[in-house]
Amino acid sequence: MAADAGTYLYAVARDAGTTLPADLTGMAGSAVRAITGSGLAAYVSTVPLDEFGEEPLRRSMEDLDWLDRTARAHHHVVEAVARLAPTVPVRLVTVYSGDDQVRALLDERHDDFEQALARVAGRREWGVKVYAGAGEGSSGDAPDEGARAASPGTAYLKRRQASLRSREEALRRAGARAEHVHDVLRSIAAASRRHRAQDPQLSGRAEGMVLNGAYLVDDDRGEEFARALEELRAQGGEIELTGPWAPYSFAVLDDPAGDVRGDGGAA
Amino acid sequence: MRQGPAGRVSTGSAGGREPTNLGDILERVLDRGVIIAGDIRVNLLDIELLTIKLRLIIASVDTAKEMGIDWWEHDPWLSGGDRHLRAENRRLRERVAELEEGRPAHPSIEGTVEYEDEEPPRRPRTEYEEEEPPRRPRTGSTAERDRRRAARPEERRRHGR
Repeated sequence: MAADAGTYLYAVARDAGTTLPADLTGMAGSAVRAITGSGLAAYVSTVPLDEFGEEPLRRSMEDLDWLDRTARAHHHVVEAVARLAPTVPVRLVTVYSGDDQVRALLDERHDDFEQALARVAGRREWGVKVYAGAGEGSSGDAPDEGARAASPGTAYLKRRQASLRSREEALRRAGARAEHVHDVLRSIAAASRRHRAQDPQLSGRAEGMVLNGAYLVDDDRGEEFARALEELRAQGGEIELTGPWAPYSFAVLDDPAGDVRGDGGAA
Repeated sequence: MRQGPAGRVSTGSAGGREPTNLGDILERVLDRGVIIAGDIRVNLLDIELLTIKLRLIIASVDTAKEMGIDWWEHDPWLSGGDRHLRAENRRLRERVAELEEGRPAHPSIEGTVEYEDEEPPRRPRTEYEEEEPPRRPRTGSTAERDRRRAARPEERRRHGR
């Protein structure tokens, strides 16, 4: 490996002797290859460090067009690999000095990867979003208490109180619906995660998102999951489904060394 | 099409289906997936994500937010301040209260506000109770206040359980 190149890691999968699609390309059109060892396969590309070194990345990560391209390229490879074998996606922009470091990773963390892969094998991740419905925006029958009030001030306070109350009520209803949807889907899924609701600007929806859930579902329970979702939809309110995804939300290495949060960062 | 639910997806090039919503993709590749610490040349954690934040604050927060790149604001580890933790705590407390209120075991409060002898937090009773005159400033001894309260038992019953 040349000094001006690094090894970009997309995902780790079981080494099932699978062959990648010949036309699969990764970062900046690079070829994707597998580094195998210890029964695992790490899917990587060789990337130029003048684009993927620390300094250039500092700038590039702030360039939303670059980020768009890079995120899609990363995701594209992860999905291609996940279609072939149980796969653990790796966080965007994980670059090693060379293939030897990646081999060492497969060797040292073999058991952790094996555990993570066992959790996701034969399962896919589905994303489900629930939005506050039209009927939950405001309750139309807020009584006009203000009309009979003694003074304009009291009338204002009463109107304001009524509108606050109906908004709270609406949110409560939407929240309860989200809980219900989550509970039903969770009972079918092998694992579930509730993520932070997306910003309305991101979701492109004015209604508030009340559920941003991820569900890891056995492949042979996919139909059951779909049916449950249809039944929930029939009960009213909008439910959005995305997927299937590689198990991004469930790719966790148990070893605390894999969890950098709270320990001041990783070197 | 794979067996399983049909989502808002498009047909990918390799016969599979990939969601094309960039926000959904970014949410996953930036915020989920395995973080590997150790013998790494570069990873996201080396790149001070705060630099992204700073640049975006200066230039184009809206664009970033459009793409949902605002998770550092909610990540105490990245934001380094406990302000966000406090905000998160507040949100969690609200959420818990919401959940508790939403349970059948705790029927939600309708109509008049119910409370025993205590003031509800941050809600002067004058907002709710026409019959009651605005509260006088609290003067006089505790005993005097108790006498004043005791003089209005029927009102409390009317708004109570």
